[in-house]
Amino acid sequence: MIPAVIDYYEPWYVQILKAIVLFAVGLQMVPLVLVAERKILGRMQHRFGPNRVGPFGLVQPLADILKLVTKEQFRPKTSIGWLFALAPIVSILTAVAAFSIIPFGRTQDIFGTKTGLYGVDLSIGPLYLFAFGAIAFYGIMLGGWASGSKYSFLGSMRAAAQLISYEVAQGLALVGVIFTAQTLSLTEIVEAQAGMWYVVPQFAGFIIFLTASFAESNRAPFDLVEADAELVGGYNTEYGGARFASYYFAEYLNVIVISGIVTTIFLGGWLLPFGIHPPGWVDPFVVLGKMCVFIFLFIWIRATLPRLRYDQLMSFGWKILLPLATLNALVTAILVVST
Amino acid sequence: MSWPPPEGVVQPIKGPESAGGAKGAYRAFGETLRGMKTTFARMVEGTTTYQYPEEKVPVYPRFRGRHRLHRFEDTGLEKCVGCSLCAAACPADCIRVVAAENSPDNRVSAGERYAAVYEINLSRCIFCGYCEIACPFDAITMGHDYEMSDYDRADLIFTKEMLLAEPMERTPLRAEGE
Repeated sequence: MIPAVIDYYEPWYVQILKAIVLFAVGLQMVPLVLVAERKILGRMQHRFGPNRVGPFGLVQPLADILKLVTKEQFRPKTSIGWLFALAPIVSILTAVAAFSIIPFGRTQDIFGTKTGLYGVDLSIGPLYLFAFGAIAFYGIMLGGWASGSKYSFLGSMRAAAQLISYEVAQGLALVGVIFTAQTLSLTEIVEAQAGMWYVVPQFAGFIIFLTASFAESNRAPFDLVEADAELVGGYNTEYGGARFASYYFAEYLNVIVISGIVTTIFLGGWLLPFGIHPPGWVDPFVVLGKMCVFIFLFIWIRATLPRLRYDQLMSFGWKILLPLATLNALVTAILVVST
Repeated sequence: MSWPPPEGVVQPIKGPESAGGAKGAYRAFGETLRGMKTTFARMVEGTTTYQYPEEKVPVYPRFRGRHRLHRFEDTGLEKCVGCSLCAAACPADCIRVVAAENSPDNRVSAGERYAAVYEINLSRCIFCGYCEIACPFDAITMGHDYEMSDYDRADLIFTKEMLLAEPMERTPLRAEGE
């Protein structure tokens, strides 16, 4: 494998512009996913979902967010003030930070400046992702703990156990891909899929990663952290107003990030099959299109599966996903070394 | 039926022999796909909801909505003779009738007397329909309107003129056999 050759240099203003664009794009995608989720869930339950605010109910998330941010800030008497305020910020920060590594296309020539269509192209892409995934769990755990409420505490304890057990399987599922691509840079992983998307040779890893990702983003059927029915909302029980909104935002941004990562790592990012090579400006739309498939999958699964029991969750993570992921990594390693 | 029920009546659905392990995981995967197929099929089917303010739920002919007072179609005289039987039958005590004598130059109803005041307090009415049963002249019937919310309790006291008038919007009636 040829080592990464940095054949361009991004001026400082491009970096700042990219940061702003990424934040804006991320910020715009969350409400869209939100309204899409509610509408698709509605359709799957023989109803329309929101369709009153604006055309087809598209302005519904705006109304929701306006409602939330105009609410009074309050906290329980038993809560730990600064942690209570910090936790949602940690959650949203890590989600946005993880969003920055998703590559949306090859390096483009924009007005004579060579620009990569991603926030940063790290030589340690997946590690960065897991690092921020691990910090994101602090957001949830501190939030539940600092609330000083038993339901929040239970939710955050579940979060701790769940995220730790599933992060192992998630990481091991990626090891196979990293062996095959022999790089940790996400753009190079995409380029390495020019012949064949990794979803084919790494199908087991794909399924394991996807399943573990559902747990990582606290989505149904692994939403024990929230568990509306039993924990009255889990870690965010005591949150309201803008802080609750930022938790909500972080959850949906996590869904988007996971979709982007799966697209990048297993579905060949901006590459199209059958030797189609569209011009460079199409790349981001290809990535977004593939991401939409996964976002739909997230919503679809939520409409389908009931929540797991806690012991089922644990035994599934440790007894099934982890051995499978290890086996996958082992077999891939043997195959890579032998060929 | 006697308990325990005879053999073969109750058939418990037994779970598969192996609950966990690789076989269980494989089965869970298959069942997940089956469930996803189900939800997707529901999505394709379309919705069964009514878009309420624009599209009202049709009611059955015997639906008990807001009361209506009636007139004779040929003479235009009120059917109500002010007998107060409806008020007597009303379990919620929401009907108030004050009767007055008909005179040759002021003939309101077909009978000897008429209802000078006829008020129904709809905030107390329980829509049981006893007034309709009690009425000897079919002067009061339960209509089909169910949109009666208001901002003020005083507005929910319906007077005779309001009850005699045609409802502003007709509630759709369910077709026969629907």
